[in-house]
Amino acid sequence: MRFFINGDQVEVPASVQTVGSLLEHFDIDNKVVIVEHNGNILSKDTQTEQKLEDGDRLELVHFVGGG
Amino acid sequence: MSERYSRQELFDPIGKEGQMKIQQKHVLIVGAGALGTGSAEALVRAGVQKITIVDRDYVEWSNLQRQQLYHEQDARNRLPKAVAAKRRLTEVNSEVEIDARVMDVGVEEIEELSRDIDLIMDATDNFDIRMMINDMSQKANIPWIYGACVGSYGISYTIIPGETPCLQCILETVPIGGLTCDTAGIISPAVQMVVSYQVSEAMKILVEDFQSLRKKLVSFDLWQNQHTFIQIDKIKKPNCLSCGHERTYPNLSFTNQTKTAVLCGRDTVQIRPAEPVERDLDHLTQALSIDGEIDVQNPYLLSVDINQHRLVIFKDGRVLIHGTKDISEAKSLYYRYLG
Repeated sequence: MRFFINGDQVEVPASVQTVGSLLEHFDIDNKVVIVEHNGNILSKDTQTEQKLEDGDRLELVHFVGGG
Repeated sequence: MSERYSRQELFDPIGKEGQMKIQQKHVLIVGAGALGTGSAEALVRAGVQKITIVDRDYVEWSNLQRQQLYHEQDARNRLPKAVAAKRRLTEVNSEVEIDARVMDVGVEEIEELSRDIDLIMDATDNFDIRMMINDMSQKANIPWIYGACVGSYGISYTIIPGETPCLQCILETVPIGGLTCDTAGIISPAVQMVVSYQVSEAMKILVEDFQSLRKKLVSFDLWQNQHTFIQIDKIKKPNCLSCGHERTYPNLSFTNQTKTAVLCGRDTVQIRPAEPVERDLDHLTQALSIDGEIDVQNPYLLSVDINQHRLVIFKDGRVLIHGTKDISEAKSLYYRYLG
Protein backbone atom coordinates (compact mmCIF):
# COMPACT_ATOMS: atom_id res chain seq x y z
CA MET A 1 0.00 0.00 0.00
CA ARG A 2 1.15 3.51 -0.80
CA PHE A 3 -0.07 6.57 1.11
CA PHE A 4 0.79 10.24 1.31
CA ILE A 5 1.46 10.86 4.98
CA ASN A 6 2.17 14.41 6.17
CA GLY A 7 3.06 15.26 2.59
CA ASP A 8 5.49 12.38 2.02
CA GLN A 9 4.89 9.28 -0.08
CA VAL A 10 5.14 6.25 2.18
CA GLU A 11 5.07 2.52 1.35
CA VAL A 12 3.54 0.23 3.97
CA PRO A 13 2.86 -3.54 3.98
CA ALA A 14 -0.38 -4.63 2.29
CA SER A 15 -1.66 -5.80 5.67
CA VAL A 16 -2.16 -2.16 6.68
CA GLN A 17 -5.83 -1.75 5.74
CA THR A 18 -7.15 0.60 8.41
CA VAL A 19 -6.06 3.71 10.31
CA GLY A 20 -5.74 1.53 13.42
CA SER A 21 -3.27 -0.82 11.76
CA LEU A 22 -1.40 2.16 10.28
CA LEU A 23 -0.96 3.69 13.74
CA GLU A 24 0.24 0.31 15.01
CA HIS A 25 2.65 0.06 12.08
CA PHE A 26 4.22 3.39 13.06
CA ASP A 27 4.11 2.42 16.73
CA ILE A 28 2.00 5.43 17.68
CA ASP A 29 -1.21 3.51 18.49
CA ASN A 30 -0.75 4.23 22.21
CA LYS A 31 -0.44 7.98 21.69
CA VAL A 32 -3.08 10.66 21.29
CA VAL A 33 -3.19 11.09 17.55
CA ILE A 34 -5.45 13.31 15.46
CA VAL A 35 -5.97 11.88 11.97
CA GLU A 36 -7.07 13.69 8.85
CA HIS A 37 -8.03 11.29 6.05
CA ASN A 38 -8.37 12.70 2.52
CA GLY A 39 -9.16 16.12 3.98
CA ASN A 40 -11.65 14.88 6.59
CA ILE A 41 -10.89 14.97 10.27
CA LEU A 42 -11.72 11.59 11.86
CA SER A 43 -13.60 11.26 15.10
CA LYS A 44 -11.47 9.65 17.79
CA ASP A 45 -14.13 7.00 18.60
CA THR A 46 -14.13 5.60 15.09
CA GLN A 47 -10.78 6.61 13.61
CA THR A 48 -9.11 3.22 14.09
CA GLU A 49 -11.80 1.48 12.00
CA GLN A 50 -11.43 3.83 9.02
CA LYS A 51 -10.61 1.73 5.91
CA LEU A 52 -7.65 2.85 3.82
CA GLU A 53 -7.09 2.64 0.09
CA ASP A 54 -4.01 2.91 -2.05
CA GLY A 55 -3.09 6.58 -2.64
CA ASP A 56 -4.99 7.96 0.38
CA ARG A 57 -3.75 11.24 1.84
CA LEU A 58 -3.29 11.26 5.59
CA GLU A 59 -2.16 13.85 8.11
CA LEU A 60 -1.15 12.43 11.47
CA VAL A 61 -0.57 14.76 14.42
CA HIS A 62 0.36 13.41 17.82
CA PHE A 63 0.08 15.34 21.06
CA VAL A 64 3.15 15.78 23.21
CA GLY A 65 3.53 17.31 26.65
CA GLY A 66 7.01 18.81 26.91
CA GLY A 67 7.60 22.47 27.11
CA MET B 1 11.25 55.98 24.43
CA SER B 2 8.68 56.42 21.65
CA GLU B 3 11.22 54.76 19.32
CA ARG B 4 10.96 51.59 21.29
CA TYR B 5 7.98 50.04 19.49
CA SER B 6 8.40 51.88 16.20
CA ARG B 7 9.19 48.79 14.11
CA GLN B 8 6.20 46.95 15.50
CA GLU B 9 3.96 49.97 14.85
CA LEU B 10 5.23 50.16 11.27
CA PHE B 11 3.95 46.63 10.77
CA ASP B 12 0.56 47.36 9.29
CA PRO B 13 -1.65 44.76 11.01
CA ILE B 14 -0.49 46.16 14.38
CA GLY B 15 0.05 49.87 13.81
CA LYS B 16 -0.09 52.54 16.54
CA GLU B 17 -3.60 51.46 17.46
CA GLY B 18 -2.57 47.83 17.91
CA GLN B 19 0.42 48.86 19.96
CA MET B 20 -1.86 50.82 22.30
CA LYS B 21 -3.96 47.69 22.75
CA ILE B 22 -0.89 45.54 23.43
CA GLN B 23 0.16 48.00 26.12
CA GLN B 24 -3.13 47.52 27.94
CA LYS B 25 -3.00 43.73 28.11
CA HIS B 26 -2.14 41.36 30.93
CA VAL B 27 -0.83 37.93 29.94
CA LEU B 28 -0.50 34.92 32.22
CA ILE B 29 2.38 32.58 31.31
CA VAL B 30 2.13 29.22 33.04
CA GLY B 31 5.61 27.72 33.19
CA ALA B 32 9.01 29.36 32.90
CA GLY B 33 10.91 26.62 31.10
CA ALA B 34 11.86 26.64 27.44
CA LEU B 35 8.52 27.80 26.03
CA GLY B 36 7.78 30.14 28.94
CA THR B 37 11.08 32.02 28.76
CA GLY B 38 10.73 32.36 24.99
CA SER B 39 7.16 33.67 25.15
CA ALA B 40 7.89 35.93 28.09
CA GLU B 41 10.86 37.59 26.43
CA ALA B 42 8.96 38.16 23.18
CA LEU B 43 5.87 39.58 24.91
CA VAL B 44 7.89 41.79 27.24
CA ARG B 45 9.85 43.16 24.27
CA ALA B 46 6.53 43.71 22.46
CA GLY B 47 5.45 45.91 25.37
CA VAL B 48 2.46 44.27 27.04
CA GLN B 49 1.28 46.07 30.15
CA LYS B 50 1.81 43.18 32.53
CA ILE B 51 3.07 39.61 32.58
CA THR B 52 2.36 37.13 35.34
CA ILE B 53 4.81 34.26 35.10
CA VAL B 54 4.56 31.25 37.37
CA ASP B 55 6.84 28.25 37.84
CA ARG B 56 7.47 25.68 40.54
CA ASP B 57 11.05 24.80 39.70
CA TYR B 58 14.58 26.23 39.96
CA VAL B 59 17.25 26.75 37.30
CA GLU B 60 19.54 23.80 36.54
CA TRP B 61 22.50 23.43 34.22
CA SER B 62 20.51 21.25 31.82
CA ASN B 63 18.13 24.19 31.24
CA LEU B 64 20.73 26.59 29.85
CA GLN B 65 20.88 24.98 26.38
CA ARG B 66 17.38 26.28 25.54
CA GLN B 67 15.80 28.33 28.35
CA GLN B 68 16.77 31.72 27.05
CA LEU B 69 16.38 33.93 30.11
CA TYR B 70 18.80 32.03 32.35
CA HIS B 71 22.50 32.40 33.00
CA GLU B 72 25.16 30.16 34.57
CA GLN B 73 24.94 32.06 37.82
CA ASP B 74 21.21 31.25 38.09
CA ALA B 75 22.01 27.53 37.82
CA ARG B 76 24.87 27.83 40.31
CA ASN B 77 22.56 29.57 42.82
CA ARG B 78 19.60 27.27 42.06
CA LEU B 79 17.48 30.37 41.68
CA PRO B 80 13.75 29.73 41.24
CA LYS B 81 12.92 30.13 37.57
CA ALA B 82 10.24 32.75 38.18
CA VAL B 83 12.70 34.89 40.15
CA ALA B 84 15.52 34.55 37.59
CA ALA B 85 13.07 35.22 34.75
CA LYS B 86 11.77 38.38 36.38
CA ARG B 87 15.28 39.69 36.88
CA ARG B 88 16.17 39.28 33.22
CA LEU B 89 12.78 40.48 31.90
CA THR B 90 13.06 43.69 33.92
CA GLU B 91 16.46 44.33 32.33
CA VAL B 92 14.92 43.78 28.89
CA ASN B 93 11.99 46.17 29.39
CA SER B 94 11.53 48.03 32.66
CA GLU B 95 8.21 49.48 31.43
CA VAL B 96 6.46 46.12 31.72
CA GLU B 97 5.14 45.04 35.09
CA ILE B 98 6.34 41.52 35.92
CA ASP B 99 4.52 39.49 38.54
CA ALA B 100 6.72 36.43 39.22
CA ARG B 101 5.31 33.58 41.30
CA VAL B 102 7.23 30.62 42.67
CA MET B 103 4.43 28.09 43.07
CA ASP B 104 2.92 24.86 41.90
CA VAL B 105 -0.29 25.68 40.07
CA GLY B 106 -3.31 23.76 41.28
CA VAL B 107 -7.03 24.51 41.02
CA GLU B 108 -7.06 27.25 43.66
CA GLU B 109 -3.99 28.89 42.20
CA ILE B 110 -5.24 28.89 38.62
CA GLU B 111 -8.50 30.54 39.72
CA GLU B 112 -6.58 33.27 41.50
CA LEU B 113 -3.99 33.74 38.73
CA SER B 114 -6.66 34.06 36.03
CA ARG B 115 -8.29 37.19 37.43
CA ASP B 116 -8.11 40.16 35.03
CA ILE B 117 -6.12 38.17 32.47
CA ASP B 118 -6.52 38.75 28.72
CA LEU B 119 -4.64 35.66 27.51
CA ILE B 120 -3.06 32.51 28.94
CA MET B 121 0.12 31.15 27.37
CA ASP B 122 0.70 27.44 27.94
CA ALA B 123 4.34 26.78 28.70
CA THR B 124 3.78 23.78 30.95
CA ASP B 125 5.20 20.29 30.67
CA ASN B 126 2.22 18.08 31.48
CA PHE B 127 -1.43 17.56 30.65
CA ASP B 128 -2.83 17.70 34.19
CA ILE B 129 -2.12 21.41 34.36
CA ARG B 130 -3.13 21.98 30.72
CA MET B 131 -6.55 20.49 31.39
CA MET B 132 -6.91 22.82 34.38
CA ILE B 133 -5.92 25.80 32.19
CA ASN B 134 -8.40 24.57 29.59
CA ASP B 135 -11.36 24.57 31.98
CA MET B 136 -10.33 27.88 33.56
CA SER B 137 -10.15 29.40 30.09
CA GLN B 138 -13.71 28.27 29.38
CA LYS B 139 -15.02 29.32 32.78
CA ALA B 140 -13.49 32.82 32.67
CA ASN B 141 -13.76 33.23 28.88
CA ILE B 142 -10.02 33.75 28.35
CA PRO B 143 -8.28 32.51 25.19
CA TRP B 144 -5.28 30.22 25.69
CA ILE B 145 -2.57 28.91 23.41
CA TYR B 146 -1.44 25.30 23.75
CA GLY B 147 2.18 24.66 22.84
CA ALA B 148 4.47 21.68 23.36
CA CYS B 149 7.67 20.21 21.99
CA VAL B 150 9.93 17.20 22.31
CA GLY B 151 12.98 16.24 20.24
CA SER B 152 12.68 18.14 16.97
CA TYR B 153 8.88 17.99 17.08
CA GLY B 154 6.46 20.71 18.10
CA ILE B 155 2.73 21.36 18.16
CA SER B 156 0.45 24.31 18.87
CA TYR B 157 -3.23 25.19 18.88
CA THR B 158 -5.10 28.35 19.81
CA ILE B 159 -8.23 27.84 21.89
CA ILE B 160 -10.85 30.60 21.79
CA PRO B 161 -13.82 29.97 24.12
CA GLY B 162 -17.11 29.87 22.21
CA GLU B 163 -15.34 29.47 18.88
CA THR B 164 -12.88 26.59 18.67
CA PRO B 165 -12.92 23.11 20.16
CA CYS B 166 -11.27 23.01 23.59
CA LEU B 167 -8.52 20.65 24.71
CA GLN B 168 -11.09 18.40 26.40
CA CYS B 169 -12.93 18.03 23.05
CA ILE B 170 -9.65 17.18 21.35
CA LEU B 171 -8.13 14.79 23.87
CA GLU B 172 -11.26 13.53 25.70
CA THR B 173 -9.12 12.27 28.56
CA VAL B 174 -5.85 13.35 30.10
CA PRO B 175 -3.10 11.53 28.20
CA ILE B 176 -0.80 9.57 30.47
CA GLY B 177 2.61 8.03 30.12
CA GLY B 178 5.29 8.75 27.55
CA LEU B 179 3.76 11.93 26.23
CA THR B 180 4.99 14.19 28.99
CA CYS B 181 8.50 12.75 29.31
CA ASP B 182 11.43 14.59 27.89
CA THR B 183 13.45 11.43 27.61
CA ALA B 184 13.79 12.03 23.87
CA GLY B 185 15.62 15.29 24.54
CA ILE B 186 14.89 18.57 22.86
CA ILE B 187 16.66 20.92 20.47
CA SER B 188 16.25 24.67 20.83
CA PRO B 189 14.95 25.37 17.28
CA ALA B 190 11.92 23.16 18.05
CA VAL B 191 11.30 25.35 21.10
CA GLN B 192 11.73 28.55 19.11
CA MET B 193 9.38 27.39 16.39
CA VAL B 194 6.60 26.65 18.90
CA VAL B 195 7.30 29.98 20.63
CA SER B 196 7.02 31.74 17.25
CA TYR B 197 3.65 30.14 16.56
CA GLN B 198 2.40 30.88 20.07
CA VAL B 199 3.59 34.49 20.17
CA SER B 200 2.27 35.30 16.67
CA GLU B 201 -1.16 34.07 17.71
CA ALA B 202 -0.81 35.94 21.01
CA MET B 203 -0.12 39.20 19.19
CA LYS B 204 -3.20 38.74 17.00
CA ILE B 205 -5.30 38.21 20.13
CA LEU B 206 -3.74 41.17 21.95
CA VAL B 207 -4.44 43.55 19.04
CA GLU B 208 -7.91 41.94 18.75
CA ASP B 209 -7.35 40.81 15.16
CA PHE B 210 -9.23 37.55 15.67
CA GLN B 211 -9.86 37.09 11.96
CA SER B 212 -6.17 36.56 11.34
CA LEU B 213 -5.85 33.66 13.79
CA ARG B 214 -4.46 30.46 12.25
CA LYS B 215 -7.52 28.37 13.19
CA LYS B 216 -5.61 25.16 12.47
CA LEU B 217 -3.68 22.68 14.55
CA VAL B 218 -0.05 23.00 13.52
CA SER B 219 2.67 20.43 14.03
CA PHE B 220 6.15 20.07 12.63
CA ASP B 221 9.30 18.03 12.81
CA LEU B 222 12.36 20.11 12.04
CA TRP B 223 14.66 17.10 11.70
CA GLN B 224 12.34 15.08 9.47
CA ASN B 225 11.35 18.17 7.48
CA GLN B 226 7.63 17.84 8.03
CA HIS B 227 5.04 20.52 8.58
CA THR B 228 1.33 19.85 8.97
CA PHE B 229 -1.73 22.05 9.39
CA ILE B 230 -5.12 20.52 10.03
CA GLN B 231 -8.54 22.01 10.46
CA ILE B 232 -10.08 20.50 13.60
CA ASP B 233 -13.25 22.62 14.07
CA LYS B 234 -15.41 19.53 13.60
CA ILE B 235 -13.95 17.98 16.74
CA LYS B 236 -15.87 20.50 18.90
CA LYS B 237 -18.38 18.52 20.93
CA PRO B 238 -21.71 20.13 21.91
CA ASN B 239 -21.84 17.84 24.96
CA CYS B 240 -18.25 18.52 26.06
CA LEU B 241 -18.09 18.84 29.86
CA SER B 242 -15.59 21.70 29.61
CA CYS B 243 -17.05 23.86 26.83
CA GLY B 244 -20.44 22.34 25.95
CA HIS B 245 -24.00 23.31 26.87
CA GLU B 246 -24.00 21.52 30.20
CA ARG B 247 -20.51 22.14 31.35
CA THR B 248 -19.20 21.06 34.74
CA TYR B 249 -15.50 21.96 34.33
CA PRO B 250 -14.33 18.50 35.46
CA ASN B 251 -10.68 19.56 35.45
CA LEU B 252 -11.31 22.21 38.08
CA SER B 253 -12.72 19.77 40.60
CA PHE B 254 -10.53 19.36 43.65
CA THR B 255 -10.77 15.59 43.61
CA ASN B 256 -8.75 15.52 40.42
CA GLN B 257 -5.81 17.15 42.14
CA THR B 258 -2.72 15.23 43.10
CA LYS B 259 -0.54 16.18 46.00
CA THR B 260 2.42 14.18 44.83
CA ALA B 261 3.75 14.18 41.31
CA VAL B 262 6.61 12.36 39.64
CA LEU B 263 8.43 14.95 37.54
CA CYS B 264 8.95 13.42 34.17
CA GLY B 265 12.41 12.54 32.94
CA ARG B 266 13.82 14.03 36.12
CA ASP B 267 14.00 11.11 38.55
CA THR B 268 12.24 13.43 40.97
CA VAL B 269 9.09 13.40 43.08
CA GLN B 270 7.36 16.60 44.17
CA ILE B 271 5.41 16.61 47.40
CA ARG B 272 3.06 19.45 48.09
CA PRO B 273 1.60 19.87 51.57
CA ALA B 274 -2.20 19.64 51.74
CA GLU B 275 -2.36 22.92 53.66
CA PRO B 276 -0.23 25.90 52.68
CA VAL B 277 2.82 26.34 54.91
CA GLU B 278 5.68 28.78 54.93
CA ARG B 279 8.92 27.03 55.79
CA ASP B 280 11.55 28.52 58.07
CA LEU B 281 14.59 27.83 55.89
CA ASP B 282 17.16 28.99 58.47
CA HIS B 283 15.77 26.61 61.04
CA LEU B 284 15.67 23.76 58.52
CA THR B 285 19.26 24.41 57.45
CA GLN B 286 20.31 23.93 61.07
CA ALA B 287 18.20 20.83 61.62
CA LEU B 288 19.10 19.10 58.36
CA SER B 289 22.84 19.74 58.54
CA ILE B 290 23.01 16.96 61.15
CA ASP B 291 22.12 14.15 58.70
CA GLY B 292 22.78 15.89 55.43
CA GLU B 293 25.09 18.19 53.60
CA ILE B 294 23.74 21.64 52.76
CA ASP B 295 24.12 22.25 49.03
CA VAL B 296 22.58 25.72 48.59
CA GLN B 297 20.41 28.03 50.65
CA ASN B 298 18.92 31.16 49.09
CA PRO B 299 15.91 33.27 50.09
CA TYR B 300 13.56 30.98 48.14
CA LEU B 301 14.76 27.44 48.77
CA LEU B 302 17.09 25.11 50.59
CA SER B 303 18.88 22.28 48.81
CA VAL B 304 20.33 19.50 50.95
CA ASP B 305 21.97 16.17 50.09
CA ILE B 306 21.03 13.23 52.29
CA ASN B 307 22.70 9.96 51.28
CA GLN B 308 21.92 9.42 47.59
CA HIS B 309 18.97 11.85 47.59
CA ARG B 310 18.77 15.58 47.24
CA LEU B 311 15.89 17.37 48.95
CA VAL B 312 15.02 20.80 47.64
CA ILE B 313 12.71 22.55 50.09
CA PHE B 314 10.85 25.62 48.90
CA LYS B 315 9.68 28.46 51.11
CA ASP B 316 6.14 27.88 49.79
CA GLY B 317 6.11 24.44 51.40
CA ARG B 318 6.83 22.16 48.46
CA VAL B 319 9.65 19.65 48.48
CA LEU B 320 11.36 18.10 45.49
CA ILE B 321 12.99 14.77 46.20
CA HIS B 322 15.63 14.00 43.58
CA GLY B 323 17.08 10.55 43.03
CA THR B 324 13.84 8.59 43.06
CA LYS B 325 10.73 7.98 41.00
CA ASP B 326 9.15 6.02 43.83
CA ILE B 327 6.42 8.05 45.51
CA SER B 328 6.38 5.96 48.69
CA GLU B 329 10.16 6.22 49.09
CA ALA B 330 9.90 9.98 48.53
CA LYS B 331 7.10 10.26 51.08
CA SER B 332 9.05 8.37 53.71
CA LEU B 333 12.00 10.74 53.29
CA TYR B 334 9.63 13.70 53.41
CA TYR B 335 8.02 12.59 56.63
CA ARG B 336 11.35 11.63 58.21
CA TYR B 337 12.87 15.05 57.71
CA LEU B 338 9.95 17.44 57.45
CA GLY B 339 7.32 15.81 59.62
